[in-house]
Amino acid sequence: MKIIVLLEPSANGIKRSSLECVTAARNLGASTIIGYMYGGEASSANIAGEYGINDIAHTPSSEYSSTAAATSLAQFVKSEGADTVIVAANAAGKEMAPRVAVKLGAGYIADCVSLSVQSGNLEASRPVYAGKAKITVSVTTQTAVYALRPNVFTARKAETPTTVTVRTFTPQLTANDTRVKVKNIVRNEGKLDVLEADIIVSGGRGLKGPENFHLVENLAVKLGAAVGASRAVVDAGWRPHGEQVGQTGKTVSPNMYVACGISGAVQHLAGMSSSKVIVAVNKDKEAPIFKVADYGIVGDVFDVLPKLAEKISVVTGK
Amino acid sequence: MNILVCVSQVPDTTTKVAVSADGKTIEKNGVKFILNPYDEYAIEEGLQLKEKFGGSVTALTVGNDSAKDILRTALAMGADKAVLVSENGTADTFGIASAIADYARTLNPDIVILGRQSIDYDSFAMASMVGELLDIPSISMVSSWSIEGTNITAERDIEGGKEVLEAALPCVISAQKGLNNPRYPKLPDIMKAKSKPIDTTTASVSEARVITKGMELPQTQRRGIILGDGENDISELVRLLHEDAKVI
Repeated sequence: MKIIVLLEPSANGIKRSSLECVTAARNLGASTIIGYMYGGEASSANIAGEYGINDIAHTPSSEYSSTAAATSLAQFVKSEGADTVIVAANAAGKEMAPRVAVKLGAGYIADCVSLSVQSGNLEASRPVYAGKAKITVSVTTQTAVYALRPNVFTARKAETPTTVTVRTFTPQLTANDTRVKVKNIVRNEGKLDVLEADIIVSGGRGLKGPENFHLVENLAVKLGAAVGASRAVVDAGWRPHGEQVGQTGKTVSPNMYVACGISGAVQHLAGMSSSKVIVAVNKDKEAPIFKVADYGIVGDVFDVLPKLAEKISVVTGK
Repeated sequence: MNILVCVSQVPDTTTKVAVSADGKTIEKNGVKFILNPYDEYAIEEGLQLKEKFGGSVTALTVGNDSAKDILRTALAMGADKAVLVSENGTADTFGIASAIADYARTLNPDIVILGRQSIDYDSFAMASMVGELLDIPSISMVSSWSIEGTNITAERDIEGGKEVLEAALPCVISAQKGLNNPRYPKLPDIMKAKSKPIDTTTASVSEARVITKGMELPQTQRRGIILGDGENDISELVRLLHEDAKVI
């Protein structure tokens, strides 16, 4: 097995979701693993050495184009004769990976939550039907592209770090390859996004109104968490759509998900049921959220959240 | 403007999922099938483009005869034409994308609009695959956009913010929630849609590139520790999170 892992550059190195892909690739026992980075600074790749890969190809690019990135990655995979491509199933990965698969005549498996080698063949499993079922799949093609759900695989440093050698890969691009261009990125400044957070505190209809969300925000501050919301409160205009967790919002897998005043409709569970630890605060002890919770407090959010925030603050020092 | 909207039929979101006898798919008996919720945004966007620029809206689905129901919904909302590309259930994501692209080549649309994901397999792959097969640009999860001449400016959600992108027609986009407010079909239009023709063609499906080996229902291994709301309960929760789960 010869694996190419897409390494997405971040402000200070490589995105954690890409490093998770590196660890997943190493766990498969591949003969060769090569990193490929499109755009960013070549020096960003150095951190990958700590995670056990030393051979990295870099294509400099000043303007991001998902189509150009897909063409470049596909050409690199061909030039290396690799059979397996692994990318993170984040916004950029989900956009470009299906194109890479079509270009390579490869099977594409989206949103993998596990990868394993079974009698010499790579098998992946992934949730379907909003997480109500899970399928095991494999490809019938020579080449395969896997997109891994972020924050499900763990990024582990290698026991002995290696020194990274970055080589430049120059793809053959035509004008057609740059027909989609990112002109601008608008960051939600000073606000942690639910897709990037280790801990999420979400509020639902039990908060009774937008003016009470400070209770959720305060608990989030004490936990260093992002603020999330249920569909009901987003539809009611209390919170922005970017915070919505669930089937029509974002799918998240944080280390801890705290659901406050959220009953736990199946559409909400679809977006958060792969969280590692789930905590629920709800005054209705029959609420479905308690069926998926590791820890629950049956009580009124107005009474419980301030006390919880205070006690957590003692532990976290925030 | 020649507009192609692709829709899919999926189990209702509240469906209780059971694994069928083949061990690879869900038991379809007793399941209510609906128009994929994100496809409502796609149809609405197609209709609004037609209202603004003129042209026609063709609704297409790849599936079996029962998928005609969702095409009738699209017709009732205002689509001009409906096409069923029939397929016997063996096509994988690539097979469906190929069937869409094959039909699109005969229609030569200016714009192809899809929902951002179908809520059965949640692959988020169709817009990029169809775009690649047609060799035209694609933008997924569009939350707002504008067209001027043949130039497109679109916004899509990414981690921690939004991306502003530029592309040109012809193009594939997938619709995110918030793009518009889908209209409800009126009763007379629903009645009229029942007698409108649905064109049927047959997909030429190549060998699946991805096969399902098995399906299982996930085992939830949650601790299930439910406490009251007293001071001691809340202290105990914090202790458990710190010492037991080690998440704080």
